[in-house]
Amino acid sequence: MSEIALKDIIKPENLVYQKTKLMTDKPLSYCPGCGHGTTHRLVMEIIEELGKEHETVGVAPVGCSVLAYEFMNVDMQEAAHGRAPALATAIKRLWPGNIVFTYQGDGDLAAIGTAETIHACNRGEKIVIIFINNGIYGMTGGQMAPTTIEGMKTSTSPYGRDVSIMGYPLKITELVAQLPGTYYVTRQSVQTPSAVRKAKRAIKKAFQNQLNNAPGLSFVEVVSNCNSGWKMTPVDANHWMEENMFPFYPIGDIKVDGQLVK
Amino acid sequence: MGELKLMKGNEALAEAIIRAGTDGYFGYPITPQSEVLEYLMAAKPWETTGMVVLQAESEVASINMLYGGGGTGKKVVTSSSSPGISLMQEGLSYIAGAEIPILIVNVVRGGPGLGDIQPAQSDYFQSTKGGGHGDYRLIVLAPSSVQEMADFVPVAYDLAFKYRNPAMILSDGAIGQMMEKVEFFEPIPRLSDEEVKKRYAWATNGKPKNGERRILTSLDLDPQKMEDHNHHIQEKYRRIEENEVRFEALQCDDAEYVLVAYGTSSRVSLKAIKLLREKGIKAGLLRPITLWPFPTKKIQELVKQGVKGFLSVEMSAGQMVEDVRLAVNGKVKVEHFGRLGGMIHSPEEVVEALEQKIIGG
Repeated sequence: MSEIALKDIIKPENLVYQKTKLMTDKPLSYCPGCGHGTTHRLVMEIIEELGKEHETVGVAPVGCSVLAYEFMNVDMQEAAHGRAPALATAIKRLWPGNIVFTYQGDGDLAAIGTAETIHACNRGEKIVIIFINNGIYGMTGGQMAPTTIEGMKTSTSPYGRDVSIMGYPLKITELVAQLPGTYYVTRQSVQTPSAVRKAKRAIKKAFQNQLNNAPGLSFVEVVSNCNSGWKMTPVDANHWMEENMFPFYPIGDIKVDGQLVK
Repeated sequence: MGELKLMKGNEALAEAIIRAGTDGYFGYPITPQSEVLEYLMAAKPWETTGMVVLQAESEVASINMLYGGGGTGKKVVTSSSSPGISLMQEGLSYIAGAEIPILIVNVVRGGPGLGDIQPAQSDYFQSTKGGGHGDYRLIVLAPSSVQEMADFVPVAYDLAFKYRNPAMILSDGAIGQMMEKVEFFEPIPRLSDEEVKKRYAWATNGKPKNGERRILTSLDLDPQKMEDHNHHIQEKYRRIEENEVRFEALQCDDAEYVLVAYGTSSRVSLKAIKLLREKGIKAGLLRPITLWPFPTKKIQELVKQGVKGFLSVEMSAGQMVEDVRLAVNGKVKVEHFGRLGGMIHSPEEVVEALEQKIIGG
């Protein structure tokens, strides 16, 4: 039996999948099992598939994905906490032929940046917003987020979110869907291969809308786990997310081609 | 040069913004500078030069639109007044850290807090010492006439792009609201997208076909790299201090006493030195045009020349006087005379202040 060398395997004709060149080689700083890495990859794969590597400007947030620009191999700006949609507004208006997106977490987009989010959506800025919702402030060590669900324990709601004291979790995605300036609003997840494929179709549709100069903003929420913040294993975190987050944040399209679908 | 026009300072500023080849104005209404956005919206420059004009949802959004737009290499500007400028301090700190050239105009009103809507100069510290968090500076130009409201726009843009640093025009409610004659500079065409890409290799407007992607950020988690970056921007500030000081010295050659004043205070002080000279007192006026970098060396020259005392005339409780004192370094007397909260001095009050605090003091 002849020996098979590595060089006999690594051949172009055997290649079934490779990392997009629009992800840098820098090791991701995200916790194993977190949805950020997968979502980064999907966004960058789509930019590559659309052939827009040289016409894209991304805006990174403050939060766990503060270093998104280290991993996304396109021109990037790093915004102050919550302000990414304001940066993206000006970038797109001054370079209308470019593809412009923001990548933001729940604290960034739905707490400190609520005004920028609502008004960019309401003006119908022709940008894409990718919104990672894991119901917690991961970067600062697991504090309560605007999207933390009722009863959920965090370091600043250690006995669980008591809505009579701490207010209610904010369904900002349903909220922006009501605004006439949004054209496509959807909620996805990336915890299974099937979910990843659906999320990729949704994110691609969002960027395709911008490419087609669709009259409004495309908004993609990705519900993700935060296994370290939730203090669970990645597998347990995904189960917990499906059982507890999805009933409150149901997966699927909310607004398509400017029309509410649910 | 074109024809003479009679205009408000804020309107002249707006017209100059269009003529200076601006790519985008992003602003939010606030008295006493709302005429800027009103003029731009009425002028519809998007139909002529292609300039973008957008009313933002807040001053916080405006300044961050400048981060985004300026970060692509385009010429962008906002204007506001004191409370609105306070809201922009976070953004300015990020812009200075990421080294993005932008222009910001402050038509100052009385404070603190909501204060009033009358002219003041009480934002000097905020403008010249940083304003937001971290070690940084703005290049600050202080117009004292409607003409300078127009003329300083292209000057400020040139400085901002030359040094990749935010520049500020620090005006006040009097200069913004008063009408004077103004003669506009010839229009400067906007740069094409290709020219922007060619000139500003640092700008994030789409990764070059044969080059690396660009990143604009003020973040570096490695403290050694952050110190290196701080040294880099401090070195830039030293070059600005060395090369970009601008001032006007009036009747200083034989002066025994010098009033130091900018903007509206300098106009009052100009009348005051006339009154003082009529009384036989050899008084001069030093008008800093750049508030940062400050004309420290000129003040030191005046001390060597034999000036016996300086009076810093400000519509504030005494802010610029600290920079005059640092320059004089105890060699001769330095005092402050100010009106506060939106009040303006009369020339006679300035004369009396010099006589009491410096000459007789």
